[in-house]
Amino acid sequence: MRERFLTGYNDFVLPFVCGMLFVLIYCLVGMIRIIMQLPAQDRKRFFISLVTPKTMAKNIKDIFLKCLIHVDLWKRNKLLGYMHSSIAFGWFMLILVGHIEVLLYTSNLGAKALYYPIFFRYFVAETESTMKGSLIFFLMDFFLLIVLSGIALAMIKRIRSRIFGMRRTTNPSFLDLVGLYSLWAIFPLRLLAESFTADISGGSFLTKSLNYVFTEFLSNHANMLPAWWAYSCALGVFFFVLPFSRYMHIPTEILLIPLRNAGIRIVNARKGLAKAQVYSCPGCGLCIDACPMGVLKGNIKDTTVYLNRQIRRNNEARIEEISDKCLLCGKCTAVCPVGVEGDRLRIAQRSVRKYNFGPDYSNIDSLKEAENCNKFVINSNNIVSSSDNEKVLYFAGCMTALTPVIREKTVSILEKAGIEYEFMDKDGGLCCGRPMLMAGRLEQAAQLVEKNTEIIMNSGADTLLLSCPICYRIFRENYSLPGIEVIHHTEYFERLVFSGRIRVSKGNTKYVFHDPCELGRGCGVYEQPRNVISAAGELVEAARNRKESICCGGSLGSLTLGFDKRKAMTENALANLTAASPDRIVTACPLCMSTFGRYSDRPVEDIAQVLDRCSVPGRL
Amino acid sequence: MDFGFKLSPSSAVNLDNVNLEKFEELHRMEPDVYKCMACGSCSSTCPAGRFSGMSLRKVILALQRGKEKEATAMMRNCMLCGKCTMVCPRGINTRHLILSICRIYNGEEK
Repeated sequence: MRERFLTGYNDFVLPFVCGMLFVLIYCLVGMIRIIMQLPAQDRKRFFISLVTPKTMAKNIKDIFLKCLIHVDLWKRNKLLGYMHSSIAFGWFMLILVGHIEVLLYTSNLGAKALYYPIFFRYFVAETESTMKGSLIFFLMDFFLLIVLSGIALAMIKRIRSRIFGMRRTTNPSFLDLVGLYSLWAIFPLRLLAESFTADISGGSFLTKSLNYVFTEFLSNHANMLPAWWAYSCALGVFFFVLPFSRYMHIPTEILLIPLRNAGIRIVNARKGLAKAQVYSCPGCGLCIDACPMGVLKGNIKDTTVYLNRQIRRNNEARIEEISDKCLLCGKCTAVCPVGVEGDRLRIAQRSVRKYNFGPDYSNIDSLKEAENCNKFVINSNNIVSSSDNEKVLYFAGCMTALTPVIREKTVSILEKAGIEYEFMDKDGGLCCGRPMLMAGRLEQAAQLVEKNTEIIMNSGADTLLLSCPICYRIFRENYSLPGIEVIHHTEYFERLVFSGRIRVSKGNTKYVFHDPCELGRGCGVYEQPRNVISAAGELVEAARNRKESICCGGSLGSLTLGFDKRKAMTENALANLTAASPDRIVTACPLCMSTFGRYSDRPVEDIAQVLDRCSVPGRL
Repeated sequence: MDFGFKLSPSSAVNLDNVNLEKFEELHRMEPDVYKCMACGSCSSTCPAGRFSGMSLRKVILALQRGKEKEATAMMRNCMLCGKCTMVCPRGINTRHLILSICRIYNGEEK
């Protein structure tokens, strides 16, 4: 290759160079700001994780697999995955190969390094030795073709998103549209521009063939410069709107992945990690189809993708409305390809709300409460009875108090298995604190956690058995109970069944299991309840289950949804559960049970009821 | 005139002297507050009742009668557990109502 111009410069590179410098500076400043906004402890943790080989390798792997290949989208839908990875990976390869090409064929780059890798073909001419670079010519055309196919699919997706497995997509904002159209324009214009110069600087199957076919038009060098100008302008426009459109997710995700791998949690509602998550939202709209509130059309604008948009716009009224309405089922978090935590983000928004007064539990005497449940403690020095049996403290929870059958059956199973147990809240105990936490009143929730911890630590038990997944989640995440195993009754029942402490006789009833949000997505318990039900009868699966199970609609997470608005969600969740026409619906959450029980056409049971009916005492 | 009994002044409610501005604000925010028929389901199920005498039924009545201090004292141990929402026969969103009361009224004054 030899250079065509002495100066190696043409005015048309200006839009691109300005845009690129603008984006680079903007992202650099933004990145420094986000890192500075992290609490000092988290920042230290982040820097340490950056130099730890293990997290370093994970960061690189995640950035490659998520940002370029989009593996999560491939798992969801092949076409959707191809569309995204063709544009992202194809573009990345174009940039990479472009740089290699420039490095191979030019020397003394200087300031030209800014734009040469992008506009190389304009500035050089083919020479005798060029055939050695035919592989590079081929690669450039090949990846351009890949990107163009992705763009074509993107256009089809705008019209028919169902082919891509998406029922609804996001309504783009004005700047999103500007970004979108300029992105679509970049690659066809690149093809056009390179086709003009293909007879000078060479090309491969795409550009060269085009140059031959449309030789009248494309070989006319008077048309050349406008095409290169258009290409550069499209790039410039894209770069200038990038920080203000959803395309900001491209640079931000590269920051979000190391932050996440460092194990940082959202602390401030708008700063630090929360900001990184909000700007990482690509506006793909997968959360719209996932949201259980979406059965009512009016709620579509209250999904996580719109929350992120409103947070970016600082639209306080809408932020409050969106974050208070959410059921906090966590499904948007589960399906999000970039890892925006819709539920935690909303709790953080709720936590900045101002209240004139709040509850205060300092008057509650936890030692007195503990006296009601300390049968394992023998004398006043907190000496625990020394039997070999595990000492189970059973905390039924507020919601179980409204469905006493769960408590009754759980106790019956414990007695069959010969377990030594004690009630923690026989006559009404304290709330676990999770509902308070979900309302964003973190200080009060922490007080409840503290009180309950005192009660449990004074009880002398070594196992804390819970019936309610809402309690289970906060006990796992926010409590520190050294020496005490916290376990949900589904897990405990599985242990009892498979250790032979109770014997289960298999019936031929068809059961479907509903994964409660807090148990499945919240605590990752999917297999244990299924194992128990499979031992007691035939287990069928719902249309959407496990990570994608649909919230019953009764969640305490939503602050503003009234009963009337929840009915449609419950009915939708029931339709999903009964897809395989089971005889009975089984769940493991008292709240799901009472919500489904209200509208279901078939019996709704807790797993404790199923197990109690089908079991007899095993060997002791 | 002596009827042989009298109202003790401390529990007498004189609506003439009650400033209901805040209650009206609450009503604008929570129209459902007037739906309450004082059945007491919420009070009977409330786990905070045995600590601070919390009874949402009483809270609503007290606020309507201008007895803010009494109401906010009762709410001191509310744990927002949502049992009252589950049992309310009128389908009132009691949790949001409680949060709105915390926003509008001052716990400390008077």
